[in-house]
Amino acid sequence: MSKILVIAEHLDGKLNPSTARAVSAAVAVKSEAVDVLVLSDKVGPLAAEAAKIEGVSHVLTIARVENAHPLAAILAPQIAKAAAGYSHVLAPSTTFGKDVAPRVAALLGVAQVSDVMSVEGSHAFKRPIYAGNAIINVEADPSHAVVATIRTASWPAANSGNNSAPIEALNVEMNLPTHTRFVELKQGKSDRPDLQSANKVVSGGRGVGSKENFEIIYKLADKIGAAVGASRAAVDAGYVPNELQVGQTGKIIAPELYVAIGISGAIQHLTGIKDAGTIVAINKDAEAPIFEIADIGLVGDLFKLIPELEQAIG
Amino acid sequence: MKILVGYKRVVDYNVRIQVKPDGTGVVTDGVKLSANPFDDIALEEALRLREKGVAEEVIVVGIGPADLTAHLRNGLAMGANRAIHVVTSDAVQPLTSARAFLKLVEKEQPGLVILGKQAIDDDANQTGQMLAALWDRPQATFASKVEIADGKATVTREVDAGLEVIEIQLPAVITTDLRLNEPRFIKLPDIMKAKSKPIDTIEFASLGVDAHDQLKTTHYAAPAKRSKGVMVKDAAELVATLKQKGLL
Repeated sequence: MSKILVIAEHLDGKLNPSTARAVSAAVAVKSEAVDVLVLSDKVGPLAAEAAKIEGVSHVLTIARVENAHPLAAILAPQIAKAAAGYSHVLAPSTTFGKDVAPRVAALLGVAQVSDVMSVEGSHAFKRPIYAGNAIINVEADPSHAVVATIRTASWPAANSGNNSAPIEALNVEMNLPTHTRFVELKQGKSDRPDLQSANKVVSGGRGVGSKENFEIIYKLADKIGAAVGASRAAVDAGYVPNELQVGQTGKIIAPELYVAIGISGAIQHLTGIKDAGTIVAINKDAEAPIFEIADIGLVGDLFKLIPELEQAIG
Repeated sequence: MKILVGYKRVVDYNVRIQVKPDGTGVVTDGVKLSANPFDDIALEEALRLREKGVAEEVIVVGIGPADLTAHLRNGLAMGANRAIHVVTSDAVQPLTSARAFLKLVEKEQPGLVILGKQAIDDDANQTGQMLAALWDRPQATFASKVEIADGKATVTREVDAGLEVIEIQLPAVITTDLRLNEPRFIKLPDIMKAKSKPIDTIEFASLGVDAHDQLKTTHYAAPAKRSKGVMVKDAAELVATLKQKGLL
């Protein structure tokens, strides 16, 4: 029978919603236990939060001052040690999980399954290749542990509240490397919802035309309580910072509502939004590829249409 | 300092990928192949470090069949000093690739290994991290800025929350993100010059690497298509439709 270890992702003392999404994937494996591992300098509130996630059997913690920042070289040996006795080690396929999980896999001498979209069996999974233009079924060797990253856009977050999993502190005695040092994290400050986990997202593309013009995207987003995103073209043109980029080379998201404004719809952008619930496209070019996948399309000048939209929303 | 650069050949990023009707793979016959875009960025970064005097030698490494030579010549034309061709006709998974790189690292003793963060065919995003683990050295993945001084690299990384800066001691592994640089174009005279640059060939089997594949791909499929939607005539109709769906 299998036992699963899910690596928790967190920032500023809060669990990232990607953790509860990875728990959903773990539950889908139908194992005897789903344990969440929290590594931090201050594990208390994070462990308490993880213990509430439905489907979690135990929360394990490793509190060390070296774990204050998520440095793969420092976390991986601790995770590899904690993984003893587990059949699966799962992490969200975010920049955090993508950084640390392969390092854990190599320390365990096992292959990694990246970006799991669905669980087809205890060792069988579906994952995207070629920027999502093909989906493959992958089978991992059952005689080894499975290390996998979970494509967060493919999984709902496990519910939180009706659980109180026991919390256990692990004492991992080992020397950790000193060759890697955290310097700083420059975060784009925003009171808006987080792009990765927002229910609604309004994105602007090159059609918005300038950094100044992007204000109308922010204004519309604020009006409907949405996060703001952008196409790679808008990021490359310097209209918005890179962390707003949606697409294969940016964030892959699955909001309930995605509004693409002045975005033509390059394949790499479409890859990032194809799991969205409803896609709305507003573009002056009726032939733009974005209309091929949009659920609702509106052709016209965005500078005329956005004020009209705001008025109609009321 | 030597820099090793991973230089993988993949289906060109402009090719629209077709899955074979029998689900045994994607169509690669007659399809244009090019350097993995992230690997071009890795090579460009290595060349810039050499031009700044930080490195003396840039070596491109390819793992693949006999005809990979022409691809490696492109890396030499871009400016690498020499190439290493690990010859195998089998597709190589990331863990095996990392183990093969480790053998080359032990032989060449580079101060830096720069790889693309992922190859745009299998999208695994693993080899650099795995090599760093096996080598027991630092990793700086998804790099958008690299500065080297006093045996250390200060690397800005593109992470979901923004930009993270870390400092790592060399030797180390760096994987590249898109914004790190814009690779140079190859000029005709450089193609001529590349013809006289050395390519070492090493049989994969001679590396003594465990090449047992732990993952088997059993089926390929095209992604589910979204059904075509409706067009609305104006802002009012759009808002009405969204309200009806409970989205506003």
